Amino acid sequence: MARTLIQAPSSVRRGDSFSLRVLLQHPMESGFRVGAEGQVLPRDIVRRFACSYNGERVIEVELFPAVAANPYLEFSALASASGTLSFVWEGDHGFVHREQRAITVT
Amino acid sequence: MTRWLLVLAGLVATLPCGAEPPGDGRRSGFAYMGASTQAMQLDDTLNPGMLWVLEGEQLWNRRVGAAGRSCATCHGDARVSMRAVAARYPDFDSALQRPVDLRQRIGACRQRQEPGLPPPGEEQAQLSLEAYIGLQSRGLPLAPPQDLRLQTYRERGRAFFEQRIGQLGLSCADCHDQHAGRRLGGSPIPQGHATGYPIYRLEWQGLGSLQRRLRACMSGVRAEPLAWGSPELVELELYLAWRARGMSVETPAVRP
Amino acid sequence: MKRRLLLAAAAGAPIVLQLRPAQATPEALAAAIHSFTGGTPLREGKVRIEVATLVDNGNTVPVSVSVPGAAPAEVAAIALFNERNPQSDVARFHFGALAGLRTVSTRIRLATSQQLVAVARLADGSCWAQRVDVVVTLAACIE
Repeated sequence: MARTLIQAPSSVRRGDSFSLRVLLQHPMESGFRVGAEGQVLPRDIVRRFACSYNGERVIEVELFPAVAANPYLEFSALASASGTLSFVWEGDHGFVHREQRAITVT
Repeated sequence: MTRWLLVLAGLVATLPCGAEPPGDGRRSGFAYMGASTQAMQLDDTLNPGMLWVLEGEQLWNRRVGAAGRSCATCHGDARVSMRAVAARYPDFDSALQRPVDLRQRIGACRQRQEPGLPPPGEEQAQLSLEAYIGLQSRGLPLAPPQDLRLQTYRERGRAFFEQRIGQLGLSCADCHDQHAGRRLGGSPIPQGHATGYPIYRLEWQGLGSLQRRLRACMSGVRAEPLAWGSPELVELELYLAWRARGMSVETPAVRP
Repeated sequence: MKRRLLLAAAAGAPIVLQLRPAQATPEALAAAIHSFTGGTPLREGKVRIEVATLVDNGNTVPVSVSVPGAAPAEVAAIALFNERNPQSDVARFHFGALAGLRTVSTRIRLATSQQLVAVARLADGSCWAQRVDVVVTLAACIE
């Protein structure tokens, strides 16, 4: 179970832009590093992140090996209706991780 | 050479005992970092070390072993029972009759509950517990115990700190007492106060212990690093804790 | 290098060397940008990159990109490229219907001192870029 740190407000005003921060524990092995025996350490990165809000897309991010380990992303969403923020990370070797947060719009 | 060491020893010995507020010339490694790295440490929603703290909290409450006990079973709420605990390690262990650091203390407790557990090292679970317990001392002053039984070990730690080692023939004191504030290559040399361990080191892109950092420094001067968990490393940690006495705990700190 | 390997091996330390294969060439960078812009010529402006001029460590460099020169709804996507890593792409941010302000932040790896390029693709098809030079030094006391 990958560990995440998500900062999302619990309540926002309709029409406001609000900031979201997500941090995922993941090595983001670049595929460019070499181990002690001279073997290239195989790539193991998160390739895609997406955030949806009541099923509608907020942002989709393509990540490349240049993103640091324990990838951190900050972006903004538009407060529309109360409901659910969904987050998904997908990556090499079938990696998938999902999180959700409830949000209230006043 | 010996005279130089004596002068250094004399200088160090003139530092007053007891807790001093900042302003006595000692500065945390925090002060040498860029603004964005400082911001990463100050905000718990930005600090990657908090990922390990979260895991540590989970482990604290996880039942293990034949008796099905968690840390919480005996120690209750860590925010209460572990408050200021990390700030006074290393401490003297009466049963073992030698100093132990927090890692060894946590490791011993875990082994009592899970007898098959190997000695503690840099594995995720151990680091997570160290980070979680360390967090309960954040903001409090480092308070190395006054226990007289620690004195000899602390002196040995100080002697190692001042001893030239490795192919480069440098002592810890050479860089971190004499040249702190100047630069090694492009990097500022901090004073080397162990106030924030375990730290999220940007170079590691992960969380690591003081022992890992000290061993990396020894590799850096081309010396054979002290063995993990060795008495010599604990003595060095013991001296470093005294050297940083009164400074605020920053666990989990972020460092370059 | 070999002596250090021997010393480190003797100490039992895990050694991971940073491999520097053929560095990203200017052609590779141009190709990566082209794949994002579809060939639309880049114009300088509208985009703002926030990054330290001298980074604390090239393994983890906080970067923010915003587009103060355009209204949020106008900005369809932002992409970040680098000049000297083995790969030119860093990250691409595609904004959806419920995206808010067009400011994004992340932490990136920079293999060496180099130029960062941020490109914003607007809804009207135009592409705007900002470039900054970043200094990266090797850390002291690495394992």
